[in-house]
Amino acid sequence: MSTVLIVAETTGATLNPSTAKCVSCACEIDDTGADVVVFGNSVAAAASEAAGINGVARVLTVEKPEHEHALAALLAPELAELAADYDYVLGPSTTFGKDLMPRVAALLGVSQVSDIMAVDGPRRFKRPIYAGNAILTVEVPANQTVVATVRVASYSAAETGNSASVESASPSAEAPSHTRFVELKSDVGERPDLQSARVVISGGRGVGSSDNFEILYKLADKLGAGVGASRAAVDAGFVPNDMQIGQTGKIIAPDLYIAFGISGAIQHLTGIKDAGTIVAVNKDPEAPIFEIADIGLVGDLFEIIPELEKRLG
Amino acid sequence: MEKILVGLKRVVDYNVRIRVKPDNSGVVTDGVKMSINPFDEIALEEALRIKERGEANEVIAVTIGPADTQQQLRTGLAMGADRAILVETDGDIEPLTVARIMLKLLEKENPGLVLLGKQAIDDDNSQTGPMLAALWGRPQATFASVLKLSGDTAQVTREIDAGLETVEIDLPAVVTSDLRLNEPRYVKLPDIMKAKKKPLETIPLAELGVDATASLQTISVEPPPVRAKGVRVSDVDGLVAALKDKGLLN
Ligand SMILES: Cc1cc2nc3c(=O)[nH]c(=O)nc-3n(C[C@H](O)[C@H](O)[C@H](O)COP(=O)(O)OP(=O)(O)OC[C@H]3O[C@@H](n4cnc5c(N)ncnc54)[C@H](O)[C@@H]3O)c2cc1C
Repeated sequence: MSTVLIVAETTGATLNPSTAKCVSCACEIDDTGADVVVFGNSVAAAASEAAGINGVARVLTVEKPEHEHALAALLAPELAELAADYDYVLGPSTTFGKDLMPRVAALLGVSQVSDIMAVDGPRRFKRPIYAGNAILTVEVPANQTVVATVRVASYSAAETGNSASVESASPSAEAPSHTRFVELKSDVGERPDLQSARVVISGGRGVGSSDNFEILYKLADKLGAGVGASRAAVDAGFVPNDMQIGQTGKIIAPDLYIAFGISGAIQHLTGIKDAGTIVAVNKDPEAPIFEIADIGLVGDLFEIIPELEKRLG
Repeated sequence: MEKILVGLKRVVDYNVRIRVKPDNSGVVTDGVKMSINPFDEIALEEALRIKERGEANEVIAVTIGPADTQQQLRTGLAMGADRAILVETDGDIEPLTVARIMLKLLEKENPGLVLLGKQAIDDDNSQTGPMLAALWGRPQATFASVLKLSGDTAQVTREIDAGLETVEIDLPAVVTSDLRLNEPRYVKLPDIMKAKKKPLETIPLAELGVDATASLQTISVEPPPVRAKGVRVSDVDGLVAALKDKGLLN
């Protein structure tokens, strides 16, 4: 039997790509693969997606009306109960996992390892601290369950082609009624998701307004890119919060990242360090972003973006 | 409600350039500027606003750490907290231990709301809030950007990867702040003077009967890998050529 249990993250009826990334991490811990548990109200589609991921030994489903929306306080007691059969319980280091996993760890009475970026041994992990300005290696003692979140930017999604078995599980823990879902507001865009897009372009305070972001969206559509932003751009109301990249936003790892009008504060850089190639466009030649950019171009974004768009045909 | 409890952590100021110690045992903190974790400052600001709206009577700032941490508590008192509690200990403590210590204080103080930062910018663990809520057996609302109280419940808007989620929770509960919850006030000089007279209670950790031994063992702390030096291009043609060169454009 597999020693690792992964909690799946779902987006509506589908599986979030973070789950396949957790499977990649799990396979470094135990090469016999991992079990995946999917919570929800109607999980058939997500469960069969999970069963298709290479490295998944078994998919467990927990279907209940109260799991329609993933609420940590409701999921944690059930996940903690299922964890009894495993040595490791992993979740993604997304807002879903960051909310849920520490609650599970506390119920199990163990510490948590946040943001695993590398597996150094069966119980030894590397994780970023200080906004990625230092890398900590920690060891979890042998006598306790490892509860951890996986830094999704550090892992690529496991391949598919598998057909693992799907079984339903029925944890007996009673879901509390003290936490109730009210609503979710999301701008469902057609653009690629930031955490899995191959190309991401983003704008900062230098873009100046919400209207001005249109030129970034147009360029993004030409490139098939996702669009992100700095905190300053989100705070100023140019774009919604789910576009923020950085220490306290999304941590991303696209092949290509292009920053327009972003100065390069460490809190922003920590979100893009794993990008394959970083391009910076900024009118200030001294902007710190040029220190980590692979390709730097000093200039006005309002001239450069339209020209670049034209060149892309 | 009667009381709001706010957790303040002393951390290396967010503007400091972090240096790893040559022996790889940690990062340099000697002689480095220390501040209240920015998210905790936001949590405290929110508690003060709730009190100023007449929805709470007392704001208690709590920290766990060495004697020096009094500085951050004094800042919290100057911002407007009514009193402060320092649980004194010298060692590094893990989030689970912090949660266990906070639980002891909760049992004593019975607050209607606990406000914490969503993460500390030193260890970036993002664990304490949910752990405390679990041990307390109460609701949690993490990454809050809007918090509205009404009677025995709170409506909290949370900044999550998919957008903005609103949940309703019964009180008492633990809420953790995100950056856009509010903008903390600046402390004025007269407030600093006034804060000196506010009560600050020190409790030695041993008195609370919480085992603070770390369970995770630190093996090493290293600087991150450095990216290879980049190139400058002078115009869009140069940019397009450089991207083609790397196979990123056709
Ligand atoms: C606890 C904490 C957490 C944080 N978390 C995050 C986070 O997750 N993500 C994040 O991004 N930030 C975060 N920050 C904020 C961070 O410190 C910076 O304030 C922020 O990243 C700055 O955003 P910016 O680069 O867009 O703005 P600025 O620093 O103001 O830079 C704007 C840049 O645009 C350039 N510019 C202006 N006009 C033009 C033009 N026409 N053409 C080209 N260039 C132009 C300017 O030269 C300048 O370099 C955090 C801060 C704290 C304290």
